[in-house]
Amino acid sequence: MEKAIFKRPESLYETPFHYCPGCGHGIIHRLIAEVIDEFGIRERTIGTAPVGCAVLNYDYFNFDVCECAHGRTPAVATGIKRVRPKSVVFSYQGDGDLAAIGIAEIIHTALRSERITAIFVNNCVYGMTGGQMAPTTLLNQKTQTTPFGRDPKKAGFPLRVCELLATLDGATYIARTALNNPKNVLKTRESIKKAFLTQIEDVGFSLVEILSPCPVNWKLSPVDSIKWMKERMIPYFPLGEFKTPFAK
Amino acid sequence: MGRPFQVIIDKERCKGCGLCINFCPLNLLVISNEINKRGFHYATVRDNNRCKGCAQCAIICPDVAIEIYR
Amino acid sequence: MKGNEAIGEAAIRAGCRYYFGYPITPQNELTAYMSKRMEEVGGVFIQAESELAAINMVYGASAAGGRAMTSSSSPGISLKQEGISYMVGAELPGVVVNICRGGPGLGNIAPSQSDYFQATRGGGHGDYYTIVLSPSSVQESADLVFLAFYLADKYRNPVIILGDGFLGQMLEPVEFKNPAFGRLPRKRWALTGAKERPPNVIRSLYLKEGVLEKRNWELSKKYERMKKEVRYEGIYLDDAEFIVVAYGICARISKASVLLLRAHGLKVGLIRPITLWPFPSGVIKEVRDKIKRFFVIEMNLGQMVEDVKLAVEGRTSVSFYGRPGGGVPTPEEIYKVIKDGKGYF
Repeated sequence: MEKAIFKRPESLYETPFHYCPGCGHGIIHRLIAEVIDEFGIRERTIGTAPVGCAVLNYDYFNFDVCECAHGRTPAVATGIKRVRPKSVVFSYQGDGDLAAIGIAEIIHTALRSERITAIFVNNCVYGMTGGQMAPTTLLNQKTQTTPFGRDPKKAGFPLRVCELLATLDGATYIARTALNNPKNVLKTRESIKKAFLTQIEDVGFSLVEILSPCPVNWKLSPVDSIKWMKERMIPYFPLGEFKTPFAK
Repeated sequence: MGRPFQVIIDKERCKGCGLCINFCPLNLLVISNEINKRGFHYATVRDNNRCKGCAQCAIICPDVAIEIYR
Repeated sequence: MKGNEAIGEAAIRAGCRYYFGYPITPQNELTAYMSKRMEEVGGVFIQAESELAAINMVYGASAAGGRAMTSSSSPGISLKQEGISYMVGAELPGVVVNICRGGPGLGNIAPSQSDYFQATRGGGHGDYYTIVLSPSSVQESADLVFLAFYLADKYRNPVIILGDGFLGQMLEPVEFKNPAFGRLPRKRWALTGAKERPPNVIRSLYLKEGVLEKRNWELSKKYERMKKEVRYEGIYLDDAEFIVVAYGICARISKASVLLLRAHGLKVGLIRPITLWPFPSGVIKEVRDKIKRFFVIEMNLGQMVEDVKLAVEGRTSVSFYGRPGGGVPTPEEIYKVIKDGKGYF
């Protein structure tokens, strides 16, 4: 009998992803599905589809999903969770969604300590719309709307979401991870697990910020993208748990 | 030594990003000269027999194109 | 009871257990009332961080199968339009109360009917309609809340209750009559967790060529069915030579003017649309050929008058008299307008 060492999770459909080569969304989808499988909660999970590249994530997730307006995902997730407190509800949001247009929603959802989990995909750029500056775009980083590099005098500074949310009393589990190597992918999986557990055990609000590659909009190869993450992204967005209800 | 590991790459799912190749500690994966239906040069296993089943390739694969069995 | 509180109590009695609001005058009593009553009935009350968040909480709660509502006043309703459009697109029921105030911009906090266009033409982006109910008393405010929740569920579409600061603040006796409506279908589409069924998806995005067009045509069939819900009150239509068309509090004031005009021997009738969308064009078409002039009275610069003119189709005269920016006409003022045959347009 063959034993599976690594196998596609059941909470993912067979459908191949539409994402660009080397994009992190596929890894994140898989990790979420793996955690849902591990907890055996597929039948009570309600996910969200954000405006952005992951808007069609319900084509891949084999559980209930609610599409949301740009930035409003945490408010929608709040509404769902308040009606179905026994469900496991997560928001899936990019950096524009969560850190620009929806920054108010995520802050207040955290302040209310809503029993939801936010999966925050930070790739320093607006992907779907073709590579514009995101609130997390690094200084000097070139994007479609910062063609000379992000200049803080004109375009402000990048936002560190975890550090901001960690100051809030209602935020319970806040962690930042990265997808730049297999070890960090496994750490991301652990953080997603803890975030879901924070919700399942009714402890509070949880968020995992995942630094994720966007080779196409960074104009780098997938392999160069993960090098860029290590050299540029991680120094500005340090990895780790900023708040946790679990013993370290 | 038990049975050999079987790294199975679904070539139609693969987009040839090369991350698996980058992280295979034993350098067992290569990009094929062939293209799949979507036009990508896909990753393929050069030598399954030497695989130690570390699953680094599958863990980093953005397209869940790799499964490993034993 | 205050109009705002009556709306809240009716919502609770109609089975609403999820209320999401944000403070704005002149609807604050409703939010305050819900914060207290939801606690008593084991429901959910959230004072949201913005109107955007509040309407999207309604969206989420409704997607999960809950009976949800929000309320606000004009500037806040503008912010809710995004969510209302998404709710229509995703076919989610819900009740939105607009206790209308003067605009544009921050305007003032006086009663107004300046949001008629916004309410009856969809309001947000896209190509859609919502049912718009217009009460003219505290009693009717309560009655229409029951109807609003029923119609929202029946059509899987948000329903707007368009009141004004006058109605919201007014104190009147009210009786809560929980009317028996028809049976509603089970919400099989709701997000409850994909247990023993394939996953449900709530969405309004349809990217593939032609799919959205097809879907919008299907929705248009639903809007046609919604048009059957038309409601109005007609007074003295049988012998009327002149007809006043007014809605909400303005209709109530106009009714006093009509009685005054009748007492002076003028054969004046009144049409009071209760549904602003669908607009009761039918009754206007029925009577228009024997009417010398329609007088449309509104607390705005002239919005519903366009719907009256569309129904009249140029067969007789239509005059308008309005008070924008929070002005409220008196019965004597309207009496004079009609008696002198004045009015704009």
